[in-house]
Amino acid sequence: MRLEQISVFLENKSGRIADVTAVLAQAGINIRALSLADTSDFGILRLIVDNTPKAEAALKKNQLTVGKTDVVAVEVEDQPGGLHRIMDILCKADINVEYMYACINPDTRDKAVMIFRFEELEAAARLLEKNGIGIIQGDRINTLLK
Amino acid sequence: MIFNIEYETMPREALESIQLRRLQATLERAYATVPFYRERLQAAGITPANIKTLEDLQAIPFTTKQDLRDNYPFGMFAVPMTNVVRIHASSGTTGQPTVVGYTARDIGTWAELMARSLSAGGATREDIIHNAYGYGLFTGGLGVHYGAEKLGASIIPVSGGNTKRQVIIMKDFGPTILTATPSYALHLAEVAIEMGVSFQNLKFKYGIFGAEPWSETMRREIENKLHLSAVDIYGLSEVIGPGVAIECHEAKKGLHIFEDHFIPEIIDPSTGKVLPYGETGELVFTSLTKEAFPVIRYRTRDISCLNPEPCICGRTHVRMQRVSGRTDDMLIIRGVNVFPSQIESVLMNVDEVEPHYQLLVDRKDNLDILTVRVEVGERLFSDEVKKLQSLEAKIEKDIKEYLGVSAKVKLVEPKTIARSEGKAVRVIDNRKI
Ligand SMILES: [Zn+2]
Repeated sequence: MRLEQISVFLENKSGRIADVTAVLAQAGINIRALSLADTSDFGILRLIVDNTPKAEAALKKNQLTVGKTDVVAVEVEDQPGGLHRIMDILCKADINVEYMYACINPDTRDKAVMIFRFEELEAAARLLEKNGIGIIQGDRINTLLK
Repeated sequence: MIFNIEYETMPREALESIQLRRLQATLERAYATVPFYRERLQAAGITPANIKTLEDLQAIPFTTKQDLRDNYPFGMFAVPMTNVVRIHASSGTTGQPTVVGYTARDIGTWAELMARSLSAGGATREDIIHNAYGYGLFTGGLGVHYGAEKLGASIIPVSGGNTKRQVIIMKDFGPTILTATPSYALHLAEVAIEMGVSFQNLKFKYGIFGAEPWSETMRREIENKLHLSAVDIYGLSEVIGPGVAIECHEAKKGLHIFEDHFIPEIIDPSTGKVLPYGETGELVFTSLTKEAFPVIRYRTRDISCLNPEPCICGRTHVRMQRVSGRTDDMLIIRGVNVFPSQIESVLMNVDEVEPHYQLLVDRKDNLDILTVRVEVGERLFSDEVKKLQSLEAKIEKDIKEYLGVSAKVKLVEPKTIARSEGKAVRVIDNRKI
């Protein structure tokens, strides 16, 4: 149920995201999901890609600081209250979401996919599954639907 | 006004014979009471009896800041602690400042030298002195304080900070002399303007500024903005504190070194060879009267040159040119000594690997701003913003704690810190002084 995410440290300078996308494009990497968190000084670019080792190597070769973190891809009903149902389950169990962002869905069109970063990944994922929430296997996001 | 006419205007010949006598006494006492000096002299094959002329001083080995650190805290004291009445300290490497001690007589000597300095800068016993140097372990505040009392002037021990209150005091108490770091003096001027207080309406006549490098351009700016006559004062805690040398307000052309208490030398910092008058090199001091903490050929790392020409003020003591730089990489940030190696130690404690960092110094609104740029490698990096922000906050807190100076930490990408010949450029000083 784990999904590997790459994060990249960026200074808050114009053109830095384009520099990263250029590196990935040149390496033939497909970006499946992306989110940017930033402060006035720096930003953290988080990416789900189709080939994590290859993307990591290409970014490091370009002297970028790269981190790897496990996240969870969760299916969300594409209807009002879909996300709230998930948040409600997590909230009641007192599970903290570090951050989350949207991802394309490799399988169906009636469900959205959200990427969740938890401090306690296993516990959170088990809880969601127990409540009937679909968790997408990491390798499906990473490699399927090229 | 000259505070001590007899000594400050003494003919050179008489002055030099006093210097020799006091030098011999200092060497004998240091040799007898400080193991460090005895071992150094023995290693060089010298005893105090070998010193028969002032030139013989050149055979004695130098003392460095590292020697003082190696003998931390009281190893260089030449008297028992029962005779030490005061301890000051200046920042050194992380957790290890340089500690200096004073006997009651040393405090008297220091007060005398500061009374001379304040007089040379224009103060008399009629004056009210607004002393904005920091009070505490730093020698600036208390040095001026004791000198002012010795002179018989009225001192306001306002210390540093709380600038708005300082402006109100300047307006209400009517001080006539300002003592502060030059950058703080300019900051005071700006805050006063913001508060609608004009220095033109204040009573200041003279200002005595030091503890950090400044320039002729800055002097003009201070004199124009603060409507007073500004002189430069020099000193360092290892030698005694402020009051080692002072510019006279009559000439404002170099600082008279109180040669009846210190012997100055200028050396080539790479060879250690003594340079003749007029040549630029590293300033070295030997104390002649200090009891608790004598220094023998102490290398200051400050760059200057000596001018023996007679001065219009009547003082016969040699003048040193205002300090133009350092032979090491020490920075002075708001009066606090900062070595890049100290920042490095702080970063090592955070990351446990050799950090890539750079110090950026700017002067905004006349206050020094220190920015520490730290390259984010994989070990420091996190995918969470709050973790990186708390890393910045932790480094800032550690720097404040260990160095006593506020810094802004800025995380930067790897390999963005300029490297020249493979070596990182550790310091960028953008201050125009
Ligand atoms: Zn003079």
